[in-house]
Amino acid sequence: MKAKLRILLLSCLLAFFGFGLFFVFWLVLNQVAKDLPTPLATWEGARTYILEPFAYRGEQDQGILRLTGHSLLLVAKGYAVALLVGAPIGFCLGLSKTFTRIFDPIVQILRPVSPLAWFPLGMVLFLGTKTQALEYGALFTIAVCAMWPTVLNTAVGVRAIPQDYLNVGRVLRLSRTKMLFRIMVPATLPYMFTGFRLSLGIAWLVIVAVEMLTGKVGIGQFIQDAYMNANYGNIIVGILTIGIVGFVLDRLMSLVESRFKTI
Amino acid sequence: MSFLELRSVSKSFGSSPVLRDVSLSVREGEFVAIVGYSGQGKTTLMSLIAGLIKPDCGSITLEGREVDGPGPDRGLVFQNYSLLPWLTVAENIALAVQAVFPAKSPAERAEHVEKYISMVKLSHARDRLPKQLSGGMRQRVSVARTLAITPRILLLDEPLSALDALTRANLQDEITQIRREDNTTILLITNSVDEALLLADRVIPLTLGPGATLDTPIEVNLPRPRDRKSLNANPEFKRLRAQITDKLLGYSAKNRQSVSRKLVLPDILPEDLDAPRVNRPPRRLSEEKREVVTTV
Repeated sequence: MKAKLRILLLSCLLAFFGFGLFFVFWLVLNQVAKDLPTPLATWEGARTYILEPFAYRGEQDQGILRLTGHSLLLVAKGYAVALLVGAPIGFCLGLSKTFTRIFDPIVQILRPVSPLAWFPLGMVLFLGTKTQALEYGALFTIAVCAMWPTVLNTAVGVRAIPQDYLNVGRVLRLSRTKMLFRIMVPATLPYMFTGFRLSLGIAWLVIVAVEMLTGKVGIGQFIQDAYMNANYGNIIVGILTIGIVGFVLDRLMSLVESRFKTI
Repeated sequence: MSFLELRSVSKSFGSSPVLRDVSLSVREGEFVAIVGYSGQGKTTLMSLIAGLIKPDCGSITLEGREVDGPGPDRGLVFQNYSLLPWLTVAENIALAVQAVFPAKSPAERAEHVEKYISMVKLSHARDRLPKQLSGGMRQRVSVARTLAITPRILLLDEPLSALDALTRANLQDEITQIRREDNTTILLITNSVDEALLLADRVIPLTLGPGATLDTPIEVNLPRPRDRKSLNANPEFKRLRAQITDKLLGYSAKNRQSVSRKLVLPDILPEDLDAPRVNRPPRRLSEEKREVVTTV
């Protein structure tokens, strides 16, 4: 117990040391890049955003967590679409060799495409919705980019279902739907959740690009705004916020993931 | 008429034959054990009877009906338990009961499940997940799950081979007891001659593959109930054990081949540590003319 505490303390201390080094590096960088604000100037410029995280002073002037909230909401919608579309596609890929032969090349080609490239296509697809085009375009971009890890991990998981589990179902003459929901889905869940976690990471990456392109209020747009208005310090604040939120999301997802570890 | 009948069943995977011309007939209520070496097609034979794979030729009939595909009339107990790891003991059994008896009311099904859990003495562990159970307990759950679907014939595919000797003995006794109560027809596959003789009415050795087949059956006329300890001194038991063991060993002797190969040793000798360290040349057996032996 005592040894554990010491290790924990040491880890904290070293982590703080890391942050210290980070600030030293920042100060050194200030000497080279003259336009980069110092840590103190950054704090001064951003304190209203941070100290009143939920304040609403106008469409473009909101507290940092309120902005993050907008981004998270959009991510949640796009992510939900990604999971709802990605998991079934992954199941089909895992179940059928023919399906894999037909669609795997397309998946492999579409997978590396950047969100910046998907966005204009999303806009074109939803031009008919007039005022909603931006919203749907953004959702489309997040969903398409975030879908792939779910698709691929689900497919791998389905292929990895032990034959024994399927034999149990066959001996009991389970119906197709029962086989799917009582045996195949639970057996694939651990893999699916790995995919879900990776997908969430990507969805959170994409949100920044999407907000910069659409100008929708959020944490990505906050950075863009800071750059336009020469509040360079806020760029750093935005980056740190994105990083911390991403980290927290990933931790939460891996908690859920370990809950579903069956074996 | 026999209960389970296999007529000249053959099965090969790709170009390698696994089973060739296997014929077997089991009477109703009989306990038949098949003994053989590992990896000689015992599990393939079980999968064929269970209907999980189809024979290349020959026919399998249960009560006169052709076996085509798996079904709950043949209760297969898998070698590796095959419990679903996300379901508890009770849920694993309930899944089977629900699938096989859809007409029963939920209360009847629950009662049925409890009956079989208590039959294998696992009531205290009914809400545990398989990973929280020992190997023997898992196998008991697996047996309970299979018995719960009230199969016409019980197929035991090396059910005890992964267990330690004590647990194995316990489960052997439980299998005997279950059989005494229900008089189920049982086909057991095992690699232990003792186990086969302890449990079965008839023991059939499986020859060595590729293309293994069943040898002539050996009737086991030992009185029941059979006691593990006194059986060891029984002359009939000894005779049967020697007979079966000889048969099994005979297969491998026939398969044994002798190959003579020329062995070439590397042409090198240990370094002479007394020689100067620099540029010490390797000593070769072919170059060595004289050996210096220092005596104390």
